Amino acid sequence: MHIIDRRLNPGGKSLANRQRFLRRAKALVRNAVRSDSKDRDIKDMDRGGEISIPLRGVREPQLRRSAEGGIREHVAPGNKEFLEGDEILKPDAGGGLGSEGSPDGDGDDEFRFALSPDEYLDLFLEDLELPELDKRQFLDTESPAWRKAGFSVSGSPANLSLTRTLRNSLARRVALKRPARDELQALEEEIARVEREGGDEQRLAELREELARASRRVRRIPYIDPIDLRYRQFAPYPKPVAQAVMFCLMDVSGSMTEHMKDLAKRFYALLYIFLKRRYRHVDIVFIRHTHEASEVDEETFFYNTATGGTVVSTAFREMARVIAARYPPADWNIYAAQASDGDNTSSDNETTAALLRHTILPLCQYFAYLEVGREEEQAGFMRHQSDLWRTYEALRDAEEGFAMRQVRKRGDIYPVFRELFARQSGAEGDAR
Amino acid sequence: MTLAADAPALLYQRADWDFDTIRRIHDAIERVAVHELGLNVYPNQIEIITAEQMLDAYSSIGMPLFYKHWSFGKHFAQHEVGYRKGLRALAYEIVINSNPCISYIMEENTTTMQALVIAHAAFGHNHFFKNNYLFRIWTDAEGILPYLEFAKDYITGCEERYGQAAVERVLDAAHALRSHGVHRYPRKKVPDLASEERRERERLLQAERTYNDLWRTVPGKKGKSKAGLDDERRRALLELPQENILYFLERTAPRLQPWQREILRIVRLMAQYFYPQSQTKVMNEGCATYCHYRIMQRLHERGEVGEGSFLEFLKAHTNVVCQPSFDEPGFRGWNPYALGFGMMQDIERICTAPTEEDREWFPDIAGSGDAMAALRDIWADYRDESFIAQFLSPKLIRQWRLFHVVDPDEEPYVRVAAIHDERGYRRVRRALARQHDVGWLDPDIQVVDVDLAGDRRLVLHHAVLNGILLDENDLSPVLQHLADLWGYDVVLKEVETEGTVAKEHAAGARPLLS
Repeated sequence: MHIIDRRLNPGGKSLANRQRFLRRAKALVRNAVRSDSKDRDIKDMDRGGEISIPLRGVREPQLRRSAEGGIREHVAPGNKEFLEGDEILKPDAGGGLGSEGSPDGDGDDEFRFALSPDEYLDLFLEDLELPELDKRQFLDTESPAWRKAGFSVSGSPANLSLTRTLRNSLARRVALKRPARDELQALEEEIARVEREGGDEQRLAELREELARASRRVRRIPYIDPIDLRYRQFAPYPKPVAQAVMFCLMDVSGSMTEHMKDLAKRFYALLYIFLKRRYRHVDIVFIRHTHEASEVDEETFFYNTATGGTVVSTAFREMARVIAARYPPADWNIYAAQASDGDNTSSDNETTAALLRHTILPLCQYFAYLEVGREEEQAGFMRHQSDLWRTYEALRDAEEGFAMRQVRKRGDIYPVFRELFARQSGAEGDAR
Repeated sequence: MTLAADAPALLYQRADWDFDTIRRIHDAIERVAVHELGLNVYPNQIEIITAEQMLDAYSSIGMPLFYKHWSFGKHFAQHEVGYRKGLRALAYEIVINSNPCISYIMEENTTTMQALVIAHAAFGHNHFFKNNYLFRIWTDAEGILPYLEFAKDYITGCEERYGQAAVERVLDAAHALRSHGVHRYPRKKVPDLASEERRERERLLQAERTYNDLWRTVPGKKGKSKAGLDDERRRALLELPQENILYFLERTAPRLQPWQREILRIVRLMAQYFYPQSQTKVMNEGCATYCHYRIMQRLHERGEVGEGSFLEFLKAHTNVVCQPSFDEPGFRGWNPYALGFGMMQDIERICTAPTEEDREWFPDIAGSGDAMAALRDIWADYRDESFIAQFLSPKLIRQWRLFHVVDPDEEPYVRVAAIHDERGYRRVRRALARQHDVGWLDPDIQVVDVDLAGDRRLVLHHAVLNGILLDENDLSPVLQHLADLWGYDVVLKEVETEGTVAKEHAAGARPLLS
């Protein structure tokens, strides 16, 4: 009998099968992920989770009898009152006695299973691409990666390369004619034979001398010598690091309702997740403004209320200051997303437009303006156009890397996001 | 501490186990199983695995290695969700019909559960695999693991050469026909998986040795007209009618590449390997459950298993052999463990303490005194259907209060055809045996005709039983797969007993990627 402990075997044996399955059901899974993400909190977005897809897409058909029609017979236990010849009214729901059930066990037409966070996000963000990914910086402040760099004569025992070492040892032993074990053995046997047969003394002496010489040689030439030792060597090399900073600008004046902030937050979160997957390092800067702007932490940004007027240009000035102080555009990919209900002091519109056009946009890879509205507002033909919207509209066509959208409902966030970042055909960039 | 000679020490005392404990338990169980119960088993190999590995094993039909296919990933995902949510507990063990017999046991089982599992799988199932005639005829315990390795490598090789998509197409189609890829009657040759592997290798070598590019340039001969061949002769040459559809395709399908045939063969041989298991669920589980029950009882009597542990065992055992009545909420049809165990115990009773009725019904074994001898014979020579047809006793029918109902679809009533009374015993028994007969459960589908010289349309018949047609949702994709493999049109006729065709389905071939 053998007992084998398999627990330490590498897991994930069925990973290849799983990938095949996901590939097979890709369209279904993708749709499921999209509809599932609608009802999800943004902070749960990168958590993976359970989704369900229609079973018919991944059915394994077999030749089997239909579940209906014909005459069926059953034998069941637990008869309490029936006699032979009794007739029992069938329950309406069908099935009835000893229903056969589908071969899958549960007759569900939904197939539920769990996705890992990575799988989830991959599908969620599939086909999205960041525009303008050409700026990439080589920074040696980031921890460099290691790669194999041949062999060396010194190193730590953990890096000892057995194959190399033994190869050298073998070569040396052959070159120096170190007697092999079977040669010694043959000599010993020969001596024993001669002794047993009482052969002539001289031959015996010769043999003994030869054996002694061979043994000395063995002792003098070690099996493994320090000069045989070889260690695997690793050398650092700089890995290209692409980093990005994301500016979240938001109007926090009294006219911004909780609903609006929630919409903005969802958009920022999506953008963050997205950037996070494309860049190794992503900074976020939160800038809120009323009639004056300040850089704050996330908590304050979303949850503290502030009062005052609305002067958008202050936020841009603050952003320009932060960029100048900490994020040289040569080293950083700069993204900005502004959320507002569209109010601005009318005297500021000119300044805002000029700032955006001449200062902010040239610094940014991408600038998205998100105008959040009340849920109940109708997006109709006679839509009211806000000050800011009108101000920005002039920029929309003139500038690249600038986009603006209106959002009223939570459900719109994701479609708008997709629209903004949908991969342009032909413009395949990869930042990995 | 001194112990009386006739009171061996407890095998274990604590719920957590180590490898020594397992070895000790195994040896104690082996003493009982081999020397007292007379079981004849393959050498055991016990492997401890984690829950994740158990899930892995589930998804590849319990096999330690298997080729890759998306359907296994699907099953894994399905089991995983059930397990994570706590809807489904994992099996305590999986046992493989191989030599040595491999049993997987889970690391989180308590010591008592490990003992139960070893008695159940490593001795009960093991004995059944080694002795039952179906397994002896249809499976090759020595060759299965090397063959699986060959199959896995072969299919990986095909994927590298012809692409995953092309291989997946063939595997999908073969899987769809898997249930009709078995020989139901023994053939002359005993299966030998090692020579399977050799055969394929030799075929390849031969092809390479005799390869000559010139043959490609020789203009083909004008095909001789075989119109003269009469229908009878033509069918006989193709071994028609043929119920093993995969076998037929592998041999006859005109447009398959050699590697595609080999994949069909692999799927077919795996289906054949599992074929005995589907016919012996009740007996196999009954045998294993009866064995673990006897063994644990005996260990307890000998003082090797403590009172508390024995109680834990009884609780687990009772859960396993629970059979709810048809009107109870937990009723999910028959529990093969309950049915099997009940019948095995009943046979023991008939052998050792028979009533007048038993003597009349089972003259061969009633009062023979040696229950194990009778059971060993039964385990060797029967399958579920014949076992129930022979050995379900009137006492059990009364005890379980079995009744037989007939349910014609078009009527609002189901009729009780037989109950547990003198008039009903044989009919109930017959009907329950039918319920476990694969010949009745699997639809009877056969390839009946094809004119290879003509339009090559493949004709299949489904012999309709009790007016139950094939499930149409499944049928059309399966038929499509069949047509793809065959390469030409396929038609399936559902033929009633009186010879009328109830329904006809057809499918045209799509090109297989290759």
